[in-house]
Amino acid sequence: MEIGLFIPCYINQFYPEVAKATLKLLQKYGNVTYPLSQTCCGQPMANSGCEKDGVEALKVFYDNFKDFDYVVGPSASCVLHVREHGAHLYPIMEPMIDKVFDLTEFIYDVMKEKELQAEFPHKVAIHKSCHGLRGMRLGQCSERVTCDVSKQDVLVKQVSGVTLIQPKRADECCGFGGTFSVSEPDISVRMGTDRLKDYIESGAEYITSGDMSCLMHLDGIIQREKLPIKVIHLAEILAAEVKSTTTDKEKAYVNAV
Amino acid sequence: MSTQYKNHPSGAKAFNKNPERVSWHDKALWFVREKRDKATHGIPEWEELREIASQIKAHTLSHLDKYLLQFEEQAKANGIHVHWAKDAKEHNEIVLSILQKHNVKNVVKSKSMLTEECGLNPHLNKYDIDVVDTDLGERIVQLAKEHPSHIVLPAIHKKKEEVGELFHEHLNTEKGATDPTYLTRAAREHLRDKFLKADAAITGVNFAVAESGGFVVCTNEGNVDMGANLAPVHIACMGIEKVIPKVEHLGIFLRLLARSATGQAITTYSSHFHKPKDGKEMHIVLVDNGRSEQLGRDDFRKSLNCIRCGACMNTCPIYRRSGGHSYTYTIPGPIGSILSPGKDLKKHSSLPFASTLCGSCSDVCPVKIDIHTQLYKWRQIIMEETNYDPAKKMSMKMAGKAMGNPKLFKMITKVGNTFLKGPRVLIYNPLNTWGLKRELPVPTQTFDDWYKKNNS
Repeated sequence: MEIGLFIPCYINQFYPEVAKATLKLLQKYGNVTYPLSQTCCGQPMANSGCEKDGVEALKVFYDNFKDFDYVVGPSASCVLHVREHGAHLYPIMEPMIDKVFDLTEFIYDVMKEKELQAEFPHKVAIHKSCHGLRGMRLGQCSERVTCDVSKQDVLVKQVSGVTLIQPKRADECCGFGGTFSVSEPDISVRMGTDRLKDYIESGAEYITSGDMSCLMHLDGIIQREKLPIKVIHLAEILAAEVKSTTTDKEKAYVNAV
Repeated sequence: MSTQYKNHPSGAKAFNKNPERVSWHDKALWFVREKRDKATHGIPEWEELREIASQIKAHTLSHLDKYLLQFEEQAKANGIHVHWAKDAKEHNEIVLSILQKHNVKNVVKSKSMLTEECGLNPHLNKYDIDVVDTDLGERIVQLAKEHPSHIVLPAIHKKKEEVGELFHEHLNTEKGATDPTYLTRAAREHLRDKFLKADAAITGVNFAVAESGGFVVCTNEGNVDMGANLAPVHIACMGIEKVIPKVEHLGIFLRLLARSATGQAITTYSSHFHKPKDGKEMHIVLVDNGRSEQLGRDDFRKSLNCIRCGACMNTCPIYRRSGGHSYTYTIPGPIGSILSPGKDLKKHSSLPFASTLCGSCSDVCPVKIDIHTQLYKWRQIIMEETNYDPAKKMSMKMAGKAMGNPKLFKMITKVGNTFLKGPRVLIYNPLNTWGLKRELPVPTQTFDDWYKKNNS
């Protein structure tokens, strides 16, 4: 299976560890290639009302990824843009749209992963990014009366040592919103501050998410205000190395107790 | 009158000058959202109800002419006078002429966002007609000379201390009184007097039923019934999108409306009106005011599904933290932000951008309006057809070009990366709105560079 690794531009620039973790996770399932001439999906233009200016970016995306069996990226937001707007902005790419996946979806829905080998002995709250949650239905949305599986929760629970923490507000937006973060800075920061307060009060050590952009915004506030919480991308937790030497037998004993 | 902000960011900035107030406003509305969640989760078929309601609306809107004419015919047969108004001006003139014909001096009005949209009160005041809003929240904003900041909870931006002060000034309540029961009783007494003296009652309409020619108005205070039953003339004003085909459809919409609006199983009063009482007159004014134009816009037609429950406001994280007055339109929040650009694209151009496109509004909407998708679509139209944010337009054009050219893009990002390693004073300049209250990420070895080293 040939997998094309799609790394959003800002992850390439600022969060190489997220990209490395994604690469490591995907290598379990197939031959992974990272096309070096990829640029961006064009979402910043589209959400700013200039979607036509993002067509060039989609062309580059298409040229880089059209021949893979699957294209996978660690960002629900960027993937959602390609899926929702790719075909109408750049019609030639329509046949490939169904091959483009967010990392969570790919591992959960396509690979049907049941046994991740990872360890992360920390208290973790999952920040349900809006594009992942409401755009891709990666989990149960608090507004809807449905019984959707929260796929990220299921995957994180496979990681040994993780304690999942539930914040008071299950899925409120962090306030990033692309250019919203700079055109409405007052509300954007206020929303982020409120989310952080909720996560800190709920006792989480880490906030994780399938979207690094939400985490970049939240971390910007954490670093400025020196808040006692850290961010980490979901890929880094799912790929976190098993360090403890506990044998399975001992683990079973601990779990039983 | 309340301050009119030139755009959403300036209104939001003003509201955020008082962080405690933002917390309080957010919590008050989140409380309503949680009540709504509880009420909807008690209905296993909730999603099915939403789907049926959405389909009834889609059907009705695609046969709107037929159902409006059927409604008119039935209403007339019931003895109701039916008027058609193409815009706000015509609506105001029609209402005025009915009132003048009856020599009306005192009008009691129950909550109607349509008359707010049309600016009816100031129009009638010009002709020496006194209009009293009788919904408690509406009365509060009227006394404060403000506009409603929410379509269901018009005075949600006011604290009880402020209401106490206002009532002390206008209704002679004790100075410093803040007890809601005491203040509500005072308002009730004050309004009773107005109801008894009224020569005419104006109400809104929640649902008009084509097959029966009747209409339903939902309130929690019974003020519609007091007004309409006491006064000799009842004028009901409705947007043309309020018509539904059958009586049985009320069973769907009333369940959705109350739960979505306030988390109640049903509003305290769902008042059905079919014909005037003997010796009294009943009028209905059917108002277009831009609705048929919106009906003609394929991408935005669905916004006419709206049953004015206000759930999208309660759920919107931006609305909760910026307040209803930060929006430049009568109807604030997400739904207002997709209705208003069709009215005046330039004036309301900031509203579709007052969103992170989180999609909560679309999921909470009882009639399944794809609100956040419409916000996205209005953004495209605004950037193409107006001069909104020319700096953004230019930078997006340039960024788009760069992203189409991998070599150029990699070069530019390298330069940017180097800049971010530079002196802090240069990076955190006043133009960097990200950096006002947030740190920027720290550049490191890019994944490109790492991959080239390790995998080639």
